[in-house]
Amino acid sequence: METVKTQDVTFNDLAWKIKYTPDRCTMCGSCVAACTFNAIEARIERRSITVSTGHQPEPNQRHIAVPVIRQKNSVANACVGCGMCEKVCPNNAIQPIRNEDSRLNVVGRAGGNPLKRGGRTNLNAERVLDKIIVGRISQMTDPSLDSERHTFDVLAPFGRVLLPQELPFSVENGEIKMQGWVPPVHWIYPLIFSDMSIGALSTRAWEALSLATAYLNEKHKMPVRMCSGEGGMPVKLMESEYLKYSIIQIASGHFGWNRIVRALPKMKVDPAGILIKIGQGAKPGDGGLLPAAKVAEHIQAIRGVPKADLLSPPNHQGLYSIEESVQKMFMSMNAAFKFRVPVAIKCAASATSVSVYNNLLRDPYKICGGFFIDGIQGGTGAANEVSLDHTGHPVVSKLRDCYQSAVKQGSPGRIPLWAGSGVGMTGNAAADAFKMICLGANGVFMGKLLIQLMGCVGNEKGRCNACNTGFCPTGICTQDPRLVKRLDIDRAAQNIVEYMLAFDAEFKKLMAPVGNSSLPVGRSDALVTNDRAVADKLSITYAC
Amino acid sequence: MCRIGAIKSADPVHASKALSLMLPQQEGHDNSGFAMVMQDLEGEFSSYKEKPLMSLACTQKGAKIVQDYMDKSGFRALHEWIPKVNNRPGLDIKAMPYYIFTAYDYPDYLNNSSQDQKEDLLLNTRLALRTMLEKEDHGYIFSFWPDVLTLKEIGDPRDIATYFGLWEDRGDLMARNVVVQCRQNTNYEIVRYAAHPFFLQGYTLCANGENTFYTKNKEYQKSLHRGYIGFESDSQNFLYTLHYVLHELKWPLKYYKHVITPLSFEEMEKRPDKRELTAIRQTLGHLEINGPNTVIAMLPDGSIMTCCDSKKLRPVVVGGTKDLMAISSEVCGLNVILPDRDQSKDIYPNEREIVMITPGMEVQRWKQ
Repeated sequence: METVKTQDVTFNDLAWKIKYTPDRCTMCGSCVAACTFNAIEARIERRSITVSTGHQPEPNQRHIAVPVIRQKNSVANACVGCGMCEKVCPNNAIQPIRNEDSRLNVVGRAGGNPLKRGGRTNLNAERVLDKIIVGRISQMTDPSLDSERHTFDVLAPFGRVLLPQELPFSVENGEIKMQGWVPPVHWIYPLIFSDMSIGALSTRAWEALSLATAYLNEKHKMPVRMCSGEGGMPVKLMESEYLKYSIIQIASGHFGWNRIVRALPKMKVDPAGILIKIGQGAKPGDGGLLPAAKVAEHIQAIRGVPKADLLSPPNHQGLYSIEESVQKMFMSMNAAFKFRVPVAIKCAASATSVSVYNNLLRDPYKICGGFFIDGIQGGTGAANEVSLDHTGHPVVSKLRDCYQSAVKQGSPGRIPLWAGSGVGMTGNAAADAFKMICLGANGVFMGKLLIQLMGCVGNEKGRCNACNTGFCPTGICTQDPRLVKRLDIDRAAQNIVEYMLAFDAEFKKLMAPVGNSSLPVGRSDALVTNDRAVADKLSITYAC
Repeated sequence: MCRIGAIKSADPVHASKALSLMLPQQEGHDNSGFAMVMQDLEGEFSSYKEKPLMSLACTQKGAKIVQDYMDKSGFRALHEWIPKVNNRPGLDIKAMPYYIFTAYDYPDYLNNSSQDQKEDLLLNTRLALRTMLEKEDHGYIFSFWPDVLTLKEIGDPRDIATYFGLWEDRGDLMARNVVVQCRQNTNYEIVRYAAHPFFLQGYTLCANGENTFYTKNKEYQKSLHRGYIGFESDSQNFLYTLHYVLHELKWPLKYYKHVITPLSFEEMEKRPDKRELTAIRQTLGHLEINGPNTVIAMLPDGSIMTCCDSKKLRPVVVGGTKDLMAISSEVCGLNVILPDRDQSKDIYPNEREIVMITPGMEVQRWKQ
């Protein structure tokens, strides 16, 4: 104990311990090369061995130096459990093991710095969606449909929908004629690729997402839209036909908007929409954060900023109230695209979500084209851990509250509700989406599963979650050119496309047995739960 | 399962004709009730066609409640008809003590009022009476509207007909338009209000099927109009949407079909009126129906129409002669009341059609 003080950090204080089997190791060095966190190293260890080589026992003790792989004893180089070492090891000689007795939360704030990470909440992973099942099956008097044979309208509105009395209709010779302007509404696939910026994502990962989006539209006629995230878009894409598949995001940092504004006159087509981000579920009330480590040269160029921590303020500066934000932001965004592009808003789910939604519903300008609610299980590229784990609001009940409020006012669907956070967390996004839609969502948005499809190994049990470090071992959330090369763009895009095709088939497998050929928005009667509290809160049937 | 029917005739027909249309179809329903709405009346009420007619099934106390309320509201009873009933033992009927049909004159203060004001008062009166009667289960008010008579009862339709003497054409219960159905709504509780046809401000409707968008329709409709109440049956959704589209929004009938079973987005895209159709689908998405359905509806002008769900999962046939047309779930009903019609001219509407019989007995067939 003279050489080690009890306050020293050792690897049994860290969240992950490396299990190493020297007998299997050939010292090829692959694991050390693969570890982006510099959490392991090749070292020489002194070993004491007793050997007898003669005909009679003649034990002889020797000291030898052997090369080994060892975990580093430092918080800065803590293993995050990504398992790249295990993936590359040809002999199964090494793997990370979760340390149940981790003291990382205790020792990790050395230097007075809050813990930061990416991913999503690790404390609130229990999912109400898993307590709900589709329990109203059509049979006998109302036959189920055939998901293979019948046709289904799997489309959701994005844009402001007017009340029938507000439509500029006139009746001439028994025909309704629409005279005048109505807000733009696009009918799109009810799953939006959620807003992950270039910056949070590597250029390759973002490109893979764009590629998958275009492929799904062009090849499979699935009108999936992708949101840019706050961080601008490649000029080439903005000037191409494929811009029509993109929803451009604007957030409080306005990153990337100088390029977007300059590209406006050169745009051949309109973008699919504009999404104004007010807040996000993973770190509500906190602004965006792109650590300097990830602000590479190309990111500086796209965003028009120097290399520094990029913080989007928690608030849109100069905006005093919801009403003001409606007037200024919506009007300017609508005007920028000559009122041809729907403009929606994204907020973190919160106790106040219904108030915000009501304000938007009642806004006299009728120009909010979508309300995106993001719950506590939403993801982020970087946040303070205290925000990730200890702030936020579950999305399901809040979505339901907003829907029921709109129904009560005779306005369901006026401002389409899009809900996200934890969609596809278990890998089963179609079931999650279907349940959310039955509870009142017009559609859902999903981010984290997409990067998992590209290869991200992070999860809500503390694995990896290092999107903030710039050391993403899969090349997805980093700007380090050596790491980015790890990502095979085509395979990443292919995984997403194939998942979406399966999603579509599975979604129809849920529409068919409830007998619906168009989206069952608000069909809460189709759902049952074995949890009385969930049944009461969501106004769905209790079953046991 | 339901079987539904309607008759439209140039000359008045007796209620027994409606029974003859429905009873051959009894294998397809459960004989749990009988419900009928008659419009363009002859017989008992032929002299009161302009006057609101109340159809009431009630207890003695219920009758008193109604009389007091009508007196207080300024309505004057002009003619009352209480059918003579045959209450012989063994009939399968859960009869109410009294069936009272009364034609009223409007209160004096409405003399110079518009048609809309009168219509509002008639609806408000019916809703108020329904609430009062419901409190202690003293009765049911089915319709209160000029030239419209409604009869609904629980039991075997043959026995119900015997009870009310509907088998004999006594010249009392005659009409040019009849919408009829022979079943209670057995999906839910057996209550008299749950039997279609349903009626609201001149619009009558019955439906054969299951509306799987019942909940979303209902939640939305509740906020649209004070008359959209009850929801004892998912078929009420169809009536309320019909009323909303035609009476409230004043859109032409063909847009009713576009609201309840909109074209797919792919089909809409090819249409010259895609802007309008898309706007309609967007704005009234919560009135779209799903599931298997056939609708038969009667409009205030006496037209009768039928249409189906978008996948044509329920049957219906339209047939007849120049003087007598009928719509029926099954052709066997038509064969009984119209054996001499030209069957080759029978129409089996498809999933995108509305077939309408106009007041002039013209059959119109429109594709959505």
